[in-house]
Amino acid sequence: MNEERFQCAEAIVELKGGLVHKRRIEKRYRVKAIDKWIRKERTKSEAKLISEARRKGVPTPIIFDINDYEIVMERIEDDLAREVINGAISDKIGEFVGILHKNRIIHGDLTTSNIIMGRDNSIYFIDFGLSFIESSTEARGVDVHVFFQSLGGTHESSEQLRDAFIKGYMRTFPNASQVLKRVKEIEQRGRYVERK
Amino acid sequence: MTIILGLEGTAWNLSAALVSEEKEIYETESTYKPLYGGIHPREAAQHHASELKGVVSRALGGAEKEGVSLRNIDAVAFSQGPGMGPCLRTVATAARALSLSLKIPLIGVNHCIAHIEIGRWRCGTKDPVVLYISGANSQVLAYRTGKYRILGETLDIGIGNALDKFARYLGLSHPGGPKIEELASKGTEYVHMPYVVKGMDLSFSGLSTAAKDAINLHHHKKEDICYSFQETAFSMLTEVTERAMAHLCKDEMLLAGGVGANKRLQQMLKTMCHDREARFYVPENKYLKDNGAMIAYLGLLMLKSGNTTPIDKSVVKPNYRPDEVEVTWREEEQN
Repeated sequence: MNEERFQCAEAIVELKGGLVHKRRIEKRYRVKAIDKWIRKERTKSEAKLISEARRKGVPTPIIFDINDYEIVMERIEDDLAREVINGAISDKIGEFVGILHKNRIIHGDLTTSNIIMGRDNSIYFIDFGLSFIESSTEARGVDVHVFFQSLGGTHESSEQLRDAFIKGYMRTFPNASQVLKRVKEIEQRGRYVERK
Repeated sequence: MTIILGLEGTAWNLSAALVSEEKEIYETESTYKPLYGGIHPREAAQHHASELKGVVSRALGGAEKEGVSLRNIDAVAFSQGPGMGPCLRTVATAARALSLSLKIPLIGVNHCIAHIEIGRWRCGTKDPVVLYISGANSQVLAYRTGKYRILGETLDIGIGNALDKFARYLGLSHPGGPKIEELASKGTEYVHMPYVVKGMDLSFSGLSTAAKDAINLHHHKKEDICYSFQETAFSMLTEVTERAMAHLCKDEMLLAGGVGANKRLQQMLKTMCHDREARFYVPENKYLKDNGAMIAYLGLLMLKSGNTTPIDKSVVKPNYRPDEVEVTWREEEQN
């Protein structure tokens, strides 16, 4: 049996046979009240929305079990999209994000580390810990903005990847242009606010 | 040896410093203190205008005692932005005048990047994830291929402004951060506050409102609310910093900007870094707050890489973002 164990930013992921055990770990830097609340809330909502996304046609791992801080789910083998992303993959990602948004699901942490390529070459979305249900243009805009930011921060040809994403996104999501307009506004928003 | 005169005055602190490759030669400052409320941009600019001559003279006089005369200065650097328009314009005008009269190059510097570079210099960290937090800014950045990339930032107000806003509500004078820190150290009970992290982005505006309500409507003790405010906001900041480190596989982090002086925040970031076997760096407090030395130091790096600012390109940029700056002074590093 191949067993592996690695640590992400907020969880320990253990691979045991065909299963992934994702356990949100305690963070010593924050007080217990915040720590427990975040780990519980995120575990609960992650499990819920992973299943919800799947039902709507976006590939996510099948969930087998859940308790306070742990989700046991199907193991996807895999490359991180971060390592292999190209135009075609980014297009496909856009398509699936469009489906999520059409169904009011906001992923909340769309980075290329949270999208994986299965052996069958299909794309799986993981890490729904910051996901929530909302249908506002702003929430969708921020979701896409977060993805674009992750491209800009880590990939060479981020412009092409962005265009490919937009193509896919527009195919599946009727309100795409409204959201993309908002993304531009979010980018332009001067974060340096001068007091009047 | 190259010597740069740096002028900083983006907000409430006006500062001038001379810096060489080896050290800070001399620095001096004059701080605008609002009589009540927060920083008024025009009043701050008036303060800068009336203090500039004195501050620059003191800097030059101090440098003279270190054996550096006017003739030794190779360039004058100034904060081109981001910052409050009237303050920026006042300082830029002085910098242009000095550049013309001394016949030395002018260098317009991005204030955020100056914070990062002085931190890298003082701490000796090579390629960190940077958490830059001040009154108006809250950003997580890292360098890649010629630019400092913004990985995450506040979607509304900066953490410093959020703290100041709440401090004003409590009737505390500017700057509110240190006073809230002190009250927070006496807090014991954690009261739930909105915790808003979206990917690596953050939002603080709901926190200020919730903190006010907790006192006003729910009659919690102000010490407990200061404590809860800090614990919540700093947990958010620490979390996004850790997220960026994980995403980029980096094992160094650098804290920059005035809010970085908060001891509780430093402790949280240190713990986070320790637990992921990364190194945590923070410069001395005098380099966390706005200072002329950082402007001079970035000016030095820019001058040495042939990067100066002609007068007609020296217009101030109140919304100058760090990812607009072409980084000419760093060697490419492997990712």
